[in-house]
Amino acid sequence: MSEPRHQALIDVLGAELVPVRRLLPPWLRTAGWLALVAAFAVLLFAHYGDAPMLRRWAGAPDLAWAALGAVLTAVTAAWAAFTLAVPGRSRAWAWLPLPPALLWIGASGLGCLRTWLAPGTSIATLHQSADCLVFIIGFSIPLSALLVWLLRRACPLRPLLAALLVGLASASASACLLEICHAYDAAATDLLTHALAVGIVVAANAVMGGRLLSRQ
Amino acid sequence: MTADGSLVWDGGFAPPTDCRVSVSAEPASANEQAERRRAAWMAAAQAGDRRAYERVLADSVALVRAVARRHGVGADALDDVVQETLLTVHRVRHTYDPARSYDAWLGAIAGRRAIDTLRSQGRRGRRELHDEFALDSHPDRDDASDDAERRQQARRLREAIAQLPPGQREAVEQLGLREQSLAEAAAQTGRNTGALKVNLHRALKALRGRLNGDP
Repeated sequence: MSEPRHQALIDVLGAELVPVRRLLPPWLRTAGWLALVAAFAVLLFAHYGDAPMLRRWAGAPDLAWAALGAVLTAVTAAWAAFTLAVPGRSRAWAWLPLPPALLWIGASGLGCLRTWLAPGTSIATLHQSADCLVFIIGFSIPLSALLVWLLRRACPLRPLLAALLVGLASASASACLLEICHAYDAAATDLLTHALAVGIVVAANAVMGGRLLSRQ
Repeated sequence: MTADGSLVWDGGFAPPTDCRVSVSAEPASANEQAERRRAAWMAAAQAGDRRAYERVLADSVALVRAVARRHGVGADALDDVVQETLLTVHRVRHTYDPARSYDAWLGAIAGRRAIDTLRSQGRRGRRELHDEFALDSHPDRDDASDDAERRQQARRLREAIAQLPPGQREAVEQLGLREQSLAEAAAQTGRNTGALKVNLHRALKALRGRLNGDP
């Protein structure tokens, strides 16, 4: 039996007790979020088809490696965010997206060194690169919103870290979706635009998502 | 459970070195049994078993105190950490997975609430230091007139508080005037801490508006 002071609170909490539905495991919640990403991908494939993307990848495999890195970054960042939103889980989970992110960045960077153009692509002008920025930010908004909403159902005790992972997951997932309809080859301006878009999404999540997640 | 009698925080990934509860004072098996018991009680509480819930909360008090002490929380603030932790446990009890360590789950919540308490004390300490400085720098010149003015301000404040809606008035009385912690006020009023915070925020905004003419 605890001291009377705490016992009063325990009695109140006991009186308020109702059965609760346990939180689903992090991998299952990650799969739920990825279902929305997949739904967006299906819509984009329906509109653009997969042939141009596969032709680009066949001609320039670094684009395929970069896309694989972005997909794995999205999956691991979301998984880490859901795991860290459960109290008692190690913060080492936050490092999980690092290897795929390095693959994504490395393959994208190497693509800029290539001396031939991937089939069916051109080098994006500054205006065309801006469209990529709008695409990544535009798709990141609903993806981030859903992630934040799902994480608020858990208990993210490190809200800023969780928000950074939300930003990384959303931005990398949006970059994957962009790959479906991205008719531009890897180049410094395009790479910088993508990096800027990812940076904006991560920073916006750190500011806004961090506040939303800290109300626990 | 490790060989040195410590409970490791997380079963998955690399366990952080700062997330261990030393329980070497008791035999390992007794601690394991106690933790299994708490885990079973919490699992039953998730299903709505009030008796198990009250037991696990009562049993958690000592663990929360130990975590708070390890974070450097002073004896005078330990009860605040305990109460804030119990309230958080109540709110997020659905996040506990009975397949994992209950103590690790509770310890993470208690650690966060301990840090919150230390930060809050730090902020209060800085404010009080500044208030002292202000008092030294600007001593009262005319005690009699100041006294009359203070009485008038207090009367205006009492009147303004009396005109607040019941929920907001209750929050100001419990948290502001009686200086109770959120946990104590929640226990006394039966409202949750979130509602109390919202009511206090609205009340302060309304009072500022009435007393200073702020929008």
